[in-house]
Amino acid sequence: MIHYRSIVQRFALILAVLTVLCFDQAAVAQDGKALFQQNCASCHAVHKNLTGPKLAGIEERVPDQKLLYAWIRNNQAVLKSGNKYFNDLYNQWNKTAMNLFPNLTDEEIAAMLTYINSVPDPATQKPVEGDPNAKAAASDNSLIFGVLTLILAIIVLVLLQVNANLKRLSDEKDGIPSYEPVPFYRNKAYIALFAVVLFIIGGYFTIQGAVGLGRSKNYQPEQPIYYSHKVHAGTNQINCLYCHGGAQEGKHANIPSLNTCMNCHMAINEYTGTEKLYREDGTEVNGTEEIKKLYSYTGWDPDQKKYVNAPKPIEWVKIHNLPDHVYFNHAQHVKAGKVACQTCHGDIQNMGEVYQYSDLSMGWCINCHRETKVQFEDNKFYSIYEKFHNDLKSGKMDSVTVESIGGTECQKCHY
Amino acid sequence: MEQKKYWQSFGELTNSAAHQQNAQDEFKEDLPFEGLDDKGLGSATTPRRDFLKYVGFSTAAAAVAASCEMPVKKAIPFVNRPVDAIPGIANYYATTYVAGGTAIPVVAKVRDGRPIKIEGNELSSWSKGATTAQVQASVLDLYDTARLRYPLAEKKEVSTFDAFDKMVGEALAGLNGAPLVLLTSTVNSPSSKAVIAEFLAKYPGSRHVQYDATSYSGMLLANEASFGSRLLPSYAFEKAKIIVSLGADFLGTWLNPVEFQHGYTQGRKVDPKHPGMSKHYQFESMLSMTGANADERFTHRPSESGAVAAALLGAINGQGASGISDAALKKGIEQAAKDLAANKGQALVVSGSNDVNVQLIVNAINEAVGAFGTTVNLVNKLQNYAGIDAEFVKLVEEMNAGSVGALLIYDANPAYDYFDAEKFKAGLKKVRVTVSFNEKMDETTELCKYVLPANHYLESWGDAEHKVGYISMLQPTIAPLFKTRQWQDNLLKWSGNTTSYADYFKNFWTARLGGEPTYLKALQDGVVESPAMVMGFPSFNGAGVAAALTAAVAGKKTSGQELVIYQKATFTDGRQSNNPWLQETPDPITRATWDNYAIVSPSLGKSMFGIDITNATQADEYEAFPKKPLIKVKQGAKEMELPVLIIPGVQADTIAVAVGYGRTEAIGKAAAGVGKNAYALTSFNGTTFQRTAAVTVEKAAGEYKIATTQTHSSYEGRYEVIKEITLADYVKNPTKILDARKKELEPWGGLENYEKDGTIYPVFDKPGIKWGMSIDLNSCYGCGACVVACTAENNVSVVGKPEVLRAHDMHWLRIDRYFAGDPNDPNSIQTVFQPMMCQHCDNAPCENVCPVAATNHSSEGLNQMTYNRCIGTRYCANNCPYKVRRFNWADYTGADSFADNQVGGKGENEVITMMNDDLTRMVLNPDVTVRSRGVIEKCSFCVQRLQEGKLAAKKAGRPLEDRDVKTACQQACAADAIVFGNVNNKESLVSKHRAENENRLFYVQEQIHVLPNVSYLAKVRNTGEISAHTQYGEPHFMGEGHGAAEGGHH
Repeated sequence: MIHYRSIVQRFALILAVLTVLCFDQAAVAQDGKALFQQNCASCHAVHKNLTGPKLAGIEERVPDQKLLYAWIRNNQAVLKSGNKYFNDLYNQWNKTAMNLFPNLTDEEIAAMLTYINSVPDPATQKPVEGDPNAKAAASDNSLIFGVLTLILAIIVLVLLQVNANLKRLSDEKDGIPSYEPVPFYRNKAYIALFAVVLFIIGGYFTIQGAVGLGRSKNYQPEQPIYYSHKVHAGTNQINCLYCHGGAQEGKHANIPSLNTCMNCHMAINEYTGTEKLYREDGTEVNGTEEIKKLYSYTGWDPDQKKYVNAPKPIEWVKIHNLPDHVYFNHAQHVKAGKVACQTCHGDIQNMGEVYQYSDLSMGWCINCHRETKVQFEDNKFYSIYEKFHNDLKSGKMDSVTVESIGGTECQKCHY
Repeated sequence: MEQKKYWQSFGELTNSAAHQQNAQDEFKEDLPFEGLDDKGLGSATTPRRDFLKYVGFSTAAAAVAASCEMPVKKAIPFVNRPVDAIPGIANYYATTYVAGGTAIPVVAKVRDGRPIKIEGNELSSWSKGATTAQVQASVLDLYDTARLRYPLAEKKEVSTFDAFDKMVGEALAGLNGAPLVLLTSTVNSPSSKAVIAEFLAKYPGSRHVQYDATSYSGMLLANEASFGSRLLPSYAFEKAKIIVSLGADFLGTWLNPVEFQHGYTQGRKVDPKHPGMSKHYQFESMLSMTGANADERFTHRPSESGAVAAALLGAINGQGASGISDAALKKGIEQAAKDLAANKGQALVVSGSNDVNVQLIVNAINEAVGAFGTTVNLVNKLQNYAGIDAEFVKLVEEMNAGSVGALLIYDANPAYDYFDAEKFKAGLKKVRVTVSFNEKMDETTELCKYVLPANHYLESWGDAEHKVGYISMLQPTIAPLFKTRQWQDNLLKWSGNTTSYADYFKNFWTARLGGEPTYLKALQDGVVESPAMVMGFPSFNGAGVAAALTAAVAGKKTSGQELVIYQKATFTDGRQSNNPWLQETPDPITRATWDNYAIVSPSLGKSMFGIDITNATQADEYEAFPKKPLIKVKQGAKEMELPVLIIPGVQADTIAVAVGYGRTEAIGKAAAGVGKNAYALTSFNGTTFQRTAAVTVEKAAGEYKIATTQTHSSYEGRYEVIKEITLADYVKNPTKILDARKKELEPWGGLENYEKDGTIYPVFDKPGIKWGMSIDLNSCYGCGACVVACTAENNVSVVGKPEVLRAHDMHWLRIDRYFAGDPNDPNSIQTVFQPMMCQHCDNAPCENVCPVAATNHSSEGLNQMTYNRCIGTRYCANNCPYKVRRFNWADYTGADSFADNQVGGKGENEVITMMNDDLTRMVLNPDVTVRSRGVIEKCSFCVQRLQEGKLAAKKAGRPLEDRDVKTACQQACAADAIVFGNVNNKESLVSKHRAENENRLFYVQEQIHVLPNVSYLAKVRNTGEISAHTQYGEPHFMGEGHGAAEGGHH
């Protein structure tokens, strides 16, 4: 396994280097991606119509750069000026008003357009799969080891028995009186050995079981609405913080309120994705039906395009539960620590229904705190740690981990 | 016997047997090994076999319970999230704490829709962000289980407000011209006054009567005579060099203590460069909290207060202190008069008397010392008390005569706090229509036909003008929890105005402030201030003084016992008597909780009960057990039996009883059955209500248990716990205390190297932040606001009287009260208050005895307590030299047990079930773990606030600043006695506080090398001598030379 991992790592490194070499505008594209997600992604996707039209090929459709930039900054002004193309577009999209972005600079818009052009169309792109053989080989190996161990153990037992028999024969030959042979299952030495082994193995599993009580890694309850993070955060590239903005502000990341959902779903009333959705048990999900469930909660009538019934909240099943005596703050990790959501929540952008990726145990927390490096130079908060800054300069320390600034002390999480 | 210098209890003074035993035993009681006698385990009531059965059963039960499925939890987001409400992040709304006329601008912390903490509003220039214990506790009143939940008519629920309006409307229409009276406590809300005017106009012949349980009629009428209008001046204690208080508890309860504490503190802060401070004389009969802080204190008979005032006026006018027979008192008056006369324009005299004549003399004194216009402000007057006693007495007469048609009552409860409650009740029966807007089914509301409970102030709109020119706003911080309505709404409805009070209020202020943006700004700030800048004031008219002098001296008695009815600083007039936080906060002087009692002097204790407190055996008999003897107090036809507490510093023939107790069941579980109603012992002298009276007393049969906390913890004979110095000494030799510390630590490396050389343990780095606190003993007056703030912030449990009796109190922060002086000479008693909480020792003795490392040290200097790791050995509490660790003997919070299994259970200790009600639990701070049975807890330096402050700084990418972190106690303190911050930052407030006051700095028990992170500044007394005669300059170690049993048993 270890061997394979290093190969994968090397491969990834080479790939990264190649990417950098191939796209010399990668830096700008990164910037553009962030800007796109911040400003556009809640209504637009690159290759798909959302609340607004898809943006791929926008520069071909609107060749006049000046007009396009003006439209992006202040679409209302362009509409008023009577531009035919945009007025048609406006009417075609049920007169859904677009937000104004008067503060975007030319460079920023250019960066976003560059990003839009650089996104490959998922329809024409072949999915990249990991090497399935690697996994299979790993499991095969452990099986082989297990079988080998078992065979060896049996051979040892047989040899021991043979040895005992031979000894008895030789003793008989020499005339040494022998005791009545004790069968191995009544042999006290064997029984004692067996008991000890059983105790150790049993103890190990009992303790593991007890330690694991109350933990629920891989917990994946069925939710009132089949909400796919894969469709939203994966395919449509909606920024996590668009819905879970609380993660930057405070303790809770927060499940978005229904009005946040309706920002987009007032316009998007059917699932038109090319990829079919499946539950864990393999049954297919009708995305459009699930959107209708959202409407039934919010009281929205998609035909009349207005709220007709009294809304009621959705009772989602809470997946990530911490004990009462643990204080966890999202902002500390997301905003101050700049930890990616995926570090704890796993490959969330590829999850259908969400499951708990990490076991959320104290050992898991502490491990991360021991290994994670603090944003030491960037955040002026840490300027007061003079000693560490000096040590970093003089090379005594190569980095400051969360642990070195007290991140594994009790009262950082328990109070 | 060498007398101990400072003492918390008489046992400590006499070093009695019980005190020595107390010092030996960390915990007051043996572990309850029930049924286990000498006969061995086999014959115990729970023998070995039973034990094994229990073990087997619990293991099996635990296994079954553990294999149950995990409960499914729901996460339910908003349907439509309000823009400002982010779940998990607190919002702060400016509003105003209103209790009668008292209106203190506050900021309510609202977490996920629930107000959970009240802080002072720092934008208010008179309160300066300070609070009192009552303000801090008021958030719990919102969730009081005994609040009325719907309107009632003849004790039956009325389903809608409309139905109620119709009923009352019809009743009022049927009055046929009989006068209608609106009875309220003091109303100083401009918009409410407008509402009242509109309402009264609708019912001709009707009137508004204001009635205060604590009356300031004497002052109002005296000022009317002196200045032509009924006013209460505001006082600038900060401008006074000489302060003379004639029985006014201005730091605790008198008039406007929040403002006065702040002003007084400014005059008492000792600037190290130019040492100097105001001098405070107190003349009083009992030992009040303010008296305990005085530099010079003289006692007199309660009936002598007029004579003392007259003598003081005489002495100032050069006629000598005539008419005073007691030599010490006479000397004191002359001394005070001399100081006052020498500081004209910088002197202030206040009196707590409600006698018009006494107040007239005080006015004359203030005129003579040039106080008007300098220390007494007659322009920005206080408006928190407006009730005129005679007007209310007249109303009661009219009611009894049957000439009152309707009585509408808001926030007044005469059936409880009127001196002749029976007469009021009789009169109330003759009133045709009675309506109460009180929040609870109190003594008066019970007798009213219609009841429409008003909102709590945290649910209300409104305004208040506590002080002329200083307006503060109220806005709701939560929707009404029950079917209640603001009383202003009722008046508007019944006067035919269809506007809701919320709109009325908005229109009122939009018009006054000139537009909606200003109105919204005022709401956001919570205060609008436009004080008159010029100190123009009416001139003094001394016409009545001569008559007053004769009248005031006439009341003087020379023999027999006299009664003083007083207010506790923690409890005031009893309007929050169902507040368990306030009930459990120890009284500053007596350190008693959950009761009122008769405070008597040591000499009366000796003559009546045969208790000589200077005799070790007798002191023990009285003090070591909670049972106290009873005294019967007779005032005219009224009599009352009360338990007795002997307090030094009380005038020999004075008996003092606090008001606010003796409530009915309907007020709530915490108030019911606690103490007796002392309002019944007040009287009316034809002009004003009197809070003193001549009484006869006799010993009553039986005993009563009082839950005091004063003997709960002991320093086991170690001293150097507090340090005091006189101002004269400090000026002469500023480094006296520092030198003593230097000398003491010399053998262990001196001040600089003490940390390293005083121990064999390694010294640890504190990179980044190191938290530290500095407390100025000169500014701590013992009021207890910090104790309640700490309770509210940290979910500290209430344990109830039965548990306090067993020394199971849970307060993280206590205020120790020390006496010094001769207990038989009340004038010699000096008092020191010392806030004591976990000292967060860098070399903490508790940490290295914990077998499971549940308490350990952080790199920021915090002594951390991890509840989920604690197994409850209590070794740490035993090893703590400051006795600040608290053990959860039972499941006080109800976190772990079913309702029926909770401690105390039905009847015995119901306050615990009250605190664990779902409604009451809404007050809990969600950022602090609710502790359950079997774990130790203690002050955490409000670590949740530290973490929050650090995060705010990290998010903003800047270094931590002082404003980011404030502990709850620090924020609550009106006197800024507590400073907190990062001591690694040389520019932080706490670093400066320590550096600038190096000469007064000390650590409690520094000699034992525990290296506390809490430092104290020695108290400076502006007096001739310190009663304790503390000797500096000698190293004192662990009980050396002081007899108390020490060591050995640890």
